[in-house]
Amino acid sequence: MTRIHQPESGIRATDLHRRMYRDMLLAREINDRMLILNRQGRAAFAVTGTGHEAAQVGSAHALKRGVDWVLPYYRDTGVMVVLGMSAEQIMLSLFAKADDPNSGGRQMPNHWSFPEQRVVTRSSVIGANLPHAAGIAYASKLRGLDEVAVVYFGEGATAQGDFHEALNFSAIHQLPVLFFCENNGYAISETSEKQMSVRHVAERARGYDIPASTVDGNDVLAVHQEMRWSVEEARRGHGPKLIEAKTYRLVPHTSSDDDRRYRPRAEVEEWARNDPIDRFRTRLIEAGTLADEEGEQWAAEVREEVDQAVDRAWAAADPAAESALRHVFREADGSP
Amino acid sequence: MTESTYIEAIHAALEEELERFPTMVILGEDIQEGGVFRVTDGFLDRFGPQRVLDTPLAESSIAGVAIGMAQNGAVPVAEIQFADFSFPAFNQLVSEAARWRYRSNGASGCPIVVRMPYGAGIQGALYHSQSPEAFYAHVPGLKVVAPATPHDAKGLLKAAIRDPDPVIYFEHKRAYRLIRGDVPDEDYVVPIGKAALRREGGDLTVIAWSMMLHESLEAASELAAEGIETTVLDLRTLAPLDRDAILDAARATGKVLIVHEDNISGGLGGEIAALIAEHAFDYLDAPIRRLATPDIPAMPFSKPLEDYWLPSKERSAAAMRELAAY
Repeated sequence: MTRIHQPESGIRATDLHRRMYRDMLLAREINDRMLILNRQGRAAFAVTGTGHEAAQVGSAHALKRGVDWVLPYYRDTGVMVVLGMSAEQIMLSLFAKADDPNSGGRQMPNHWSFPEQRVVTRSSVIGANLPHAAGIAYASKLRGLDEVAVVYFGEGATAQGDFHEALNFSAIHQLPVLFFCENNGYAISETSEKQMSVRHVAERARGYDIPASTVDGNDVLAVHQEMRWSVEEARRGHGPKLIEAKTYRLVPHTSSDDDRRYRPRAEVEEWARNDPIDRFRTRLIEAGTLADEEGEQWAAEVREEVDQAVDRAWAAADPAAESALRHVFREADGSP
Repeated sequence: MTESTYIEAIHAALEEELERFPTMVILGEDIQEGGVFRVTDGFLDRFGPQRVLDTPLAESSIAGVAIGMAQNGAVPVAEIQFADFSFPAFNQLVSEAARWRYRSNGASGCPIVVRMPYGAGIQGALYHSQSPEAFYAHVPGLKVVAPATPHDAKGLLKAAIRDPDPVIYFEHKRAYRLIRGDVPDEDYVVPIGKAALRREGGDLTVIAWSMMLHESLEAASELAAEGIETTVLDLRTLAPLDRDAILDAARATGKVLIVHEDNISGGLGGEIAALIAEHAFDYLDAPIRRLATPDIPAMPFSKPLEDYWLPSKERSAAAMRELAAY
């Protein structure tokens, strides 16, 4: 199995770029496959971040794994790939199998929970985990720990009260929290104009005296650079920051959505020409960081990795029916 | 043993646990200056502003931040100033805290305590009087307690703070300075999930909690003078219910009255009655009775309206006499 891991600090830039490209390829392959498996009738539901891979992979590579806390949302396949959740584990979740590390088949796919990488379980309620990130960061500060918490969300979440309450609380206490918004311009069918009176989500942070920036979310290196700097600032005690990565979802909201009802095809096609993976490949090849044939070879390897992951996950055991009653409260055998 | 008021017992529990757990944080509105009821009086000087945390006036993030703290080694005890204002936090408590362990398949828990001053009888009107315990008791994954005595107020709060799962702690505003009782000097907890038999008698059974327990006990004393002997069960924990204690108390007399401050429809009395009807039907000598507040949105401000609305010792006694005579 060809797992790509987060580079140690001091890694050469070219190696890091190659790893990021590989992670983006894998995330895309997983995303595409999840939707196909739904259409084949093998997965009851799928939700993906197809098109968001640069924002996700570029930002997650700026984190200190196992130290920083990560609260991703349901599009963040790319974040989880960087954090080391395997394609097989993600497919176990898609098929709701007993060994799904996120929830043992209890939650819909992409509702991440991965304690070993400090990924905190979340619900489907949009924005509700932003105060959790603030609370985690408050505890880090209270305990004098060198940790940063990053919470991911779409621009739709920024209309929720919890978004505003979390920003306010984090700013008051100058907490090490990064609010990472993947702004794809749509909350299911609702365009930004229906969601907010400002042009950029970053403007919302101003009212809380939180520094904010807007970056090209389809430029993985731009995202990475911005995030890397922001994480360092937060770790140094400079307080929260909001990063808005402008991107686009190239597929419907979920497997149950038909985006043709609300998005012109020309718009989707235009963004497809700005595909973050194509852009990065071109750049890497131009820079001599990646050979043309290597790109082809990696794509084939990633397809093979996901093929195998699907086969293994499909063959894995379902949860035992009566296990539905477990873990309402802590059980006598201990556990956290 | 030392005699103390209900509010002193809560204060003492918080103080002792703040000493026990160096990462315990109490958070809520106005708690640094002692809180609107003075429960947290003196804590700021003692434990500092990081651990005695004044929050913005935003209940959802009070609960949400507490949930986050609990993930990272802190021991959060949140205060919602009045239970009536817990609804902006309802999503955090119901969708997040309650489902945390279940949805992570047991991989992580959500050990938070949310204290909620609640209950009527202080002319608190619609938004400072409510008894919303049934909303929370309905939700699997939440534990809900409502102590009646200083002993239990202290012991249940300590148990809640040390519990690995989320606990909603209902403390009765009217009990704060009205109810006194003996509290052990040494460290102790009252186990969550255990009811307490407060009085035993063969003629009928009353099931109540918090302030309604005291109204019922006074009524029971009055009835004893008339020769009617009452069993009184103090539920103490509203979720999960102490089914065995409820069924035993029902079987003991065959006549059951449930008294609560929440309005009657959808209140916990219905659940308790159903439990008894399902599992102790053969022992019943009378229909199960409920004495509760009427189905109006909440209690009014006017004293005559409040008195009309709230079950009292007199109305408990009347309902008990009627049931005893059945």
